[in-house]
Amino acid sequence: MNFDLYIWLAYLLAAVLFILGLKQLSSPETARRGNRIAAFGMLLAVIATLLDRQIIDFSWIVIGLITGSLIGAIMARSVKMTAMPQMVAVFNGFGGGASGLVAAAEYVRHMGGAQPLTADLGISIMAGTLIGGVTLSGSFVAFAKLQGVAEAAATYPLQKTFNFILAAAAVAIAVFLILSPVEPNIYLVLAGLALVLGVLVVIPIGGADMPVVVALLNSYSGLAASAAGFVLSNNALIISGALVGASGLILTNIMCRAMNRSLANVLFGAFGAGAATGAAAAAAGEQVANPVDAEDCAMMLAYARSVVFVPGYGLAVAQAQHRLRELADLLEARGVDVKYAIHPVAGRMPGHMNVLLAEANVPYTQLYEIEDVNPDIANVDVAVVVGANDVVNPAARDDPNSDIAGMPIVEVDKARHCVVLKRSLNPGFAGIQNQLFFLPNTRMLFGSAEKSIADVIHEVKAL
Amino acid sequence: MTGTLLVGIYVFVLAMFVGFEVITKVPPTLHTPLMSGANAISGISIVGALVIAGTGGSQLLTIIGFVAVVLATINVIGGFMVTDRMLQMFRRDRGGEGAS
Repeated sequence: MNFDLYIWLAYLLAAVLFILGLKQLSSPETARRGNRIAAFGMLLAVIATLLDRQIIDFSWIVIGLITGSLIGAIMARSVKMTAMPQMVAVFNGFGGGASGLVAAAEYVRHMGGAQPLTADLGISIMAGTLIGGVTLSGSFVAFAKLQGVAEAAATYPLQKTFNFILAAAAVAIAVFLILSPVEPNIYLVLAGLALVLGVLVVIPIGGADMPVVVALLNSYSGLAASAAGFVLSNNALIISGALVGASGLILTNIMCRAMNRSLANVLFGAFGAGAATGAAAAAAGEQVANPVDAEDCAMMLAYARSVVFVPGYGLAVAQAQHRLRELADLLEARGVDVKYAIHPVAGRMPGHMNVLLAEANVPYTQLYEIEDVNPDIANVDVAVVVGANDVVNPAARDDPNSDIAGMPIVEVDKARHCVVLKRSLNPGFAGIQNQLFFLPNTRMLFGSAEKSIADVIHEVKAL
Repeated sequence: MTGTLLVGIYVFVLAMFVGFEVITKVPPTLHTPLMSGANAISGISIVGALVIAGTGGSQLLTIIGFVAVVLATINVIGGFMVTDRMLQMFRRDRGGEGAS
């Protein structure tokens, strides 16, 4: 008994360390320490568990820990910063899968019993199975989308109705399983249904809505851990899971607000399915954009007093963050005031652009949120849009009928000049043509961002 | 509904509030590390996985436990390591510039 007490105290300490660690993540100065505090808490929880006298055979545990550590370490070390969203999606899936398996094991342990599970345990197990399963398969679909394997939103007739019926069926089966004696086959149906649901819920969501999905799956992986905690009556799991659940929900909410859309609209709206593309592109046909070459662009930038860079997903695709910083350094050396304006949904996950620019050694003190940049944007000489589109589309502000109406944007159209680095005039993810490209003070620098910036760097050096 | 479940729900709800309070203060620039760090914390189910893999129950249980240990360990080790890798890149000024 005494020994168990120490284990539980260790769990409590671990939960406290998680909270302290997350608290230190609120500033870049202390964040690294915070992460290590949380990691130490995890180590403590694992060691305490290994002292549990229920454990009699360590062979599989040791093999499992070594295998998992190796795979995790290799993935963490080799992943490129541009691929971070996929990485987090996969880890979410693994976390959710592990929690689901913990719930499943508890069900298996009661196999052969003639009595139904107690209601408490039954509810916890079914919740853990459902959330864990959805998180696991949903995360892998998200991974496939982020990896570019299946980027577009997949829709079919009666999709919502079908998904709803499936979800209702899953809940009905769960209730049946709680009330009846242990039925392994039906339980397998439930687990399978959870996996199918995870796939079906994520496939209708388009590539650029991924920040919301990744954040939401993050939240689910936490809730799955909490459910596993209820299954095992372990408060450390319940607390940790709730912290992660809360974190994911906050980020989900921030992402939705940054697009001025409700969560329901993101999840079921099948945004970016391409319905509007035809009309918008046709309407744009008559307009002429003003192209600019690297030399003129270099002149504009080099003789400006202030420049704001607005990065988007295209920056990540082109891996142009290092080049961009190189250009920024050159401009700064000439006395230009350089800032970066980061839209919350630029990129494929919350904070994606910040990490990319940090990788390129851009100090985070140069990164500004839209509400810090917009009030002063009229005094900016040149706003440079690098691989962003919808987040700088003035239609969001001016056209109440636009699909992205009300979405906060970086108001680059109000800057004295605007240069847009883009491959072509194709509309962005939302399938909406961007009026910005055709404004008199906008110049288009066509080509891949990496190449274009390299050319501009060359020209600035030649000045 | 038993006392244990009720206590669990209490703990869950209160922890959610703690989470909201603490995480709302995280600035947008750290949102990606926050996600990957929080994600690593959700690997806490490793605690349950270890017990299942080591209790020496049926073969099926050991297999489930083993797979769960592997998945959770990838989540934990990978999550904390990648978060650390990201956080070391965040700097206030140009000091210590090396990689490009």
